[in-house]
Amino acid sequence: MLQKEGQVRIPAGCAISGIFHKDGTRENGTRIIDSIRTMHDRSNGLGGGFAGYGIYPEYADYYAFHVFYDTQAAKEECEREIERHFDIVNLSKIPTRQHPRITDAPMIWRYFVTPLPTKLAASQLEEREFTSRFVIRINHTLNGAYIFSSGKNMGVFKANGFPEDVGEYYMLENYEAYSWTCHGRYPTNTPGWWGGAHPFALLDTTVVHNGEISSYDANRRFIEMFGYSCDLLTDTEVITYIIDYLGRKLGMTYSEIANVIAAPFWSTIEKQEPKERERLTYLRNAFASLMVTGPFSILVGYTGGLMALNDRLKLRSMVVGEKDDTVYIASEECAIRVIQPELDKLWAPKGGEPVIVNLKNGGNQ
Amino acid sequence: MTTVQAGLTYYKQVNEQIRAAQDSEITVENVIGQRYIGCGSTDRKITVHGTAGNGLGQYLNGSTIEVFGNAQEAVGDTMNAGEIVVHGSVGDACGYAMRGGKIYIKGDCGYRAGIHMKAYQQHFPVMVVGGKAGSFLGEYLAGGLILVLGIGQNGAYPVNNFCGTGMHGGKIVLRCDKAPTDLPRQVLVSEVSEDDMTEFAPYIKEYAQLFGADAENLLSQKYFVLTPNPEAGYKQLYTFEA
Repeated sequence: MLQKEGQVRIPAGCAISGIFHKDGTRENGTRIIDSIRTMHDRSNGLGGGFAGYGIYPEYADYYAFHVFYDTQAAKEECEREIERHFDIVNLSKIPTRQHPRITDAPMIWRYFVTPLPTKLAASQLEEREFTSRFVIRINHTLNGAYIFSSGKNMGVFKANGFPEDVGEYYMLENYEAYSWTCHGRYPTNTPGWWGGAHPFALLDTTVVHNGEISSYDANRRFIEMFGYSCDLLTDTEVITYIIDYLGRKLGMTYSEIANVIAAPFWSTIEKQEPKERERLTYLRNAFASLMVTGPFSILVGYTGGLMALNDRLKLRSMVVGEKDDTVYIASEECAIRVIQPELDKLWAPKGGEPVIVNLKNGGNQ
Repeated sequence: MTTVQAGLTYYKQVNEQIRAAQDSEITVENVIGQRYIGCGSTDRKITVHGTAGNGLGQYLNGSTIEVFGNAQEAVGDTMNAGEIVVHGSVGDACGYAMRGGKIYIKGDCGYRAGIHMKAYQQHFPVMVVGGKAGSFLGEYLAGGLILVLGIGQNGAYPVNNFCGTGMHGGKIVLRCDKAPTDLPRQVLVSEVSEDDMTEFAPYIKEYAQLFGADAENLLSQKYFVLTPNPEAGYKQLYTFEA
């Protein structure tokens, strides 16, 4: 029987890469696959995945649910639940191609949905809260169904395998995004399985992560008090919920979120000017349980933007390159050079120093 | 001279070609992150064009490696002898546990450069960084010399945080206008006198020659040297005293 997260420990690194077009230009998944392919040895074939933003312009106002089903029964039950709460305007299998190295696939379905107005009104919730609660509930309670992508005009594609194979499997050449992130997994502590591959997503927030969170359980206990449920028992999942909570629910900026999850050392805070010292002290004290410790480099995708962040000790490699209006971020420089040999600028951000890029003019070209 | 085309060839094959070369001079073209180039080698002269992958010149044992481009993580990890010259910047953990030989970096180095470098008898490792260094430079330094020239830093302290934490041997020399503050308690800092400078000048001149910098100008600047604080060392950590 497949042992899932937490039942077995496999020691190991990971690879992350991202491409972001500040001018909103969209490109298909070919280059992001070529990028992650150069870092093949950072993964071990136990998980790969991609997030693309701007890929569903024809359904831009609908939540795109990407769902894994282990059984037909789980699919029927999940679809009944979706229909009870949402208007489904389109549903289909997510197209895949036969791939010799991607096996044991679950059923993979996609639904474009919008909350039923009566249900939404009765819930007295804002639309995104309504939708996120639904996703969390399904993932927590419905055995064999897993909604792994739930944002608008974006989508996550992930599987068990090497990331370049996963990209070919999902035929990412057919999707065009202004922002791509991807991940090659080399699981630490836990085995690879489809649900455990990155990115982890809730609504339009996605996270790919290279590292290992030593504060996982402290973070999990805290965030679960706010209605989240960590069901995949893998550390990265909790970062997604922390960012959703701090950003969507508390209204923090991404830079403030970075100051919480990669809070500077007290000795570093002490060196700041009084106002900044006070601000950082407040964030570190008020959200002590959301500080993420241990090595990490992450890419956080969201509608219209991308944030890259290293742990404050910078225990994982990460470089950022810029060429005209395009930003490239990767675990290794070679993963940028292979798709963009000439760069205007290349640098390694400091630990805990977020790099945040957003669409110019809201992406209107 | 042997030329190896790296391109998208897997690192294993690239390194096999380098090792199999009959010539002592080898040029590797179009490198895209291939790992372990020149690893453990002796008496070779390897020239790399492109982005050198992780572990460039690990365990190097007498070869010379020159990179026209940047290098990624763990350059010269545990190197024993030889010289690595990078006409660019390097990633994290450069010169990790290095115990001999020299590394010259034209630009910056990432975090944890020169962690636990050590010297022994005739073995004396030297790392020269032209620009700035990330945090934890020379952490647990046990021997050898790390020199950061701070070019382009306008006289500012050229290291991020926690320089020399746990240092108990060796020297870190930094070019900056003011003595660094906030150094860990294991570290003593003093301005480099003209006499002291004779010890470091050859490496600065070598840097200038390799990368075409102005040696005289560099030598005339203000430097500070970091040495271990004998009062705050770990000398009793592993010994029992009744």
